[in-house]
Amino acid sequence: MASGVKPRVKAPKKASAGEVVTIKTLISHKMESGQRKDGSGNVIPRSIINRFTCEFNGESVIDIVLAPAISTNPYFEFDAIIPEAGDLKFTWYDDDGDVYEDTKTVAVG
Amino acid sequence: LALLPLRAMAQADPNAEMVGTPDDFLAGATAGTGDLTLTAPEIAENGNTVPISVDAPGAVEIRVYALGNPTPGVASFRFGPLAGAQAASTRLRLAGTQDVQAIAKMADGSYVTAMKTVKVTIGGCGG
Repeated sequence: MASGVKPRVKAPKKASAGEVVTIKTLISHKMESGQRKDGSGNVIPRSIINRFTCEFNGESVIDIVLAPAISTNPYFEFDAIIPEAGDLKFTWYDDDGDVYEDTKTVAVG
Repeated sequence: LALLPLRAMAQADPNAEMVGTPDDFLAGATAGTGDLTLTAPEIAENGNTVPISVDAPGAVEIRVYALGNPTPGVASFRFGPLAGAQAASTRLRLAGTQDVQAIAKMADGSYVTAMKTVKVTIGGCGG
């Protein structure tokens, strides 16, 4: 388990049916690129989040593959269509096999 | 998802580099210019976190490359049926002044590309 990993999501709690909403996500993660060397010249092994997905009620909004060139604390901003009330599910996949999840419920009305 | 080309890497596992190079993505096709907007700063004071946005209405996938980095792949954005726009923003690392390229694959299978030069005064990617 990578230490200090904390997902944060900003999404609206309410929308009208069919509305396009903007979602912002950030996860604290050191995103070690695998390019750096430590004091004795050994390559520091790569440790990044390699994939991020957002789904609404099981249907895909966005699916992102990340390479080491993504900054520390990966940030994403994108738009989603909210056709009905339901849950936005966010999933981050770590190189070390860990999976971090967050869910935001959106009400329609 | 087995359809992404894998790239052999010396020190990382075989699944490590899923974004690949522009040639991997284009697979012999030619990218034209069209409805793809790549937004990046002209000058980045810190190469460790450079904000960029891509926007390509009608795209199914957009990939971003930093052509001057040790590995050029940055990210691949695949848009699902509930994407509100074929657009996204993120932050990337640039090893130095270089060209950032975005390539969008449109729904009809054609490719469009856009390029921006970003001047970096402090490098990212180790250094």
